[in-house]
Amino acid sequence: MSEQAKAKKPQPASYLYVRHTLPVRLMHWINVVSLTLLLMSGLMIFNAHPSLDWGKSSYTGRPPVFEITALRTSSGQLVGITRLFGHPFDTTGVLGVSTGPNGRAVIIAFPSWLTIPSSYSLAAGRLWHFFFAWLLMLNGLAYVAYALISRHLQRDLLPTRTEWRGIGQSIRDHLRFKHPQGEAARHYNVLQKLSYLAVIFVLLPLIILTGWAMSPRLNSMWPGWVDVFGGRQSARTVHFVIAWLLVAFVAIHVFQVLVSGFWNHMRSMITGRYRIIGTHRKARP
Amino acid sequence: MTRMRNRLGVTPEALAKRRFLTRTLGSTGALLLAGCDKLNQSPAFQKLLSTGEALSKSSAHHLVSGQMSMAQEFSPADLSPSFRGNGNTNPTGADYKAMAANGFADWKLVVDGLVEHPGAWSLDQLRAMPSRTQITRHDCVEGWSAIGQWTGVPLAQLLAAAQPKPEARYVVFHCADSFGSAPYYESIDMDDAFHPQTLLAYTLNGKTLPVTNGAPLRLRVERQLGYKHAKYVMRLELVDDFSRIGGGHGGYWEDQGYQWYAGI
Repeated sequence: MSEQAKAKKPQPASYLYVRHTLPVRLMHWINVVSLTLLLMSGLMIFNAHPSLDWGKSSYTGRPPVFEITALRTSSGQLVGITRLFGHPFDTTGVLGVSTGPNGRAVIIAFPSWLTIPSSYSLAAGRLWHFFFAWLLMLNGLAYVAYALISRHLQRDLLPTRTEWRGIGQSIRDHLRFKHPQGEAARHYNVLQKLSYLAVIFVLLPLIILTGWAMSPRLNSMWPGWVDVFGGRQSARTVHFVIAWLLVAFVAIHVFQVLVSGFWNHMRSMITGRYRIIGTHRKARP
Repeated sequence: MTRMRNRLGVTPEALAKRRFLTRTLGSTGALLLAGCDKLNQSPAFQKLLSTGEALSKSSAHHLVSGQMSMAQEFSPADLSPSFRGNGNTNPTGADYKAMAANGFADWKLVVDGLVEHPGAWSLDQLRAMPSRTQITRHDCVEGWSAIGQWTGVPLAQLLAAAQPKPEARYVVFHCADSFGSAPYYESIDMDDAFHPQTLLAYTLNGKTLPVTNGAPLRLRVERQLGYKHAKYVMRLELVDDFSRIGGGHGGYWEDQGYQWYAGI
């Protein structure tokens, strides 16, 4: 009720308010760095065995579910082949065969411009991956603790009952690239809240657990726990799929930032301040 | 202004901004890659990165699993149809070839270094010792895994006979295979050496260990990655320090930059 009362008061044309607190801003940028480097070093690690299996081991008698390979045609040309559930796709130039750091075509699953380091080194890729995995995990734990203690979670991320009811409208608004204006832009919309919650409480915990599931020592902490994911190689497949789901999330997240006021969002994630532009149009009921 | 917007609400100014952003993103990406490659060359940064591995090692050991935690064992139904051989699969040394030619009848496993009773054990002697059979998963650092059944003498049995001196900290495995002129070797600490699943295996899937998988004898150290599982083992040396052996990092792959602790 008080929200509605406020909305009826004349609003200043435009004003700044603190949207993101310092801890959230800091942790956001640590995520940006560690997720980027984890993806790139992860693709390096994947390149050592560019194939995904389902089961307790890689050799179960069933073919891989996903595979990046290369072959040389009779005319001597290199062709990159990506196989998904057995269906081959020609992915020359990006997957399987791509231009290496020396400018020549090389056989490599993910191209050198997507991996850390750019030239093949599994040992170095692992070193990078495990360092930033620790950083991401500790940052994530700190974030969850902060979100609970500061009530950021309850205040900003959990959808209200009204918002749950407005989910259909929110989907329609997103499909039409319509973004909340004025006072409504002060809060995350319901789809935004749900996607953040899914990343924080589903995707990130799952990618950490499936990462642990690949460690032989962590396997022994409770023999058999890895079978929850369908076995060690299934866990590796899930780890890979979640990595790309996170990439998809980041792509949509960045797209939304671009189309709903890039500089305003950037400023708010750097200095904390976000500009609300007053609007004559009433927010939809 | 409103009329100039297209369906997505994009003004020409916004388009220009976007072009600027894409270019910025592109060059940031290139800089990131170049920067990471530079950092990757820096020993100081390598040291910083390896704190992650150190954290993993200590937390894996002290927080989540005990020294004697057991690796998962599987049922015969889980066995891989064939057990992949990786790395060296057929040592080329003349001595090894000769030993292989007569079924390793003349081969003896030498145990020396910091032990009270150095000695040499033939394959028949090892087979006569109490054995353990286990179906375990072999996890290669590359990302693949295979499940096989191993029979062998627990390393603890052999060490009980050889009696390590109190100052012995590592068991070094000297192998018959090599990469170029660098012989393969590995090392494990005494905790792993005395672990019940740590075997010197002479049988794979019920058959004599094939040359591809390390005949006549290979190490099984189940809570670590595949490169620790030395094949073609010729000699065990107990040491207090491995910095004088090979490249000084405790193993062939460790000398190439891989971690000595391969539990992660």
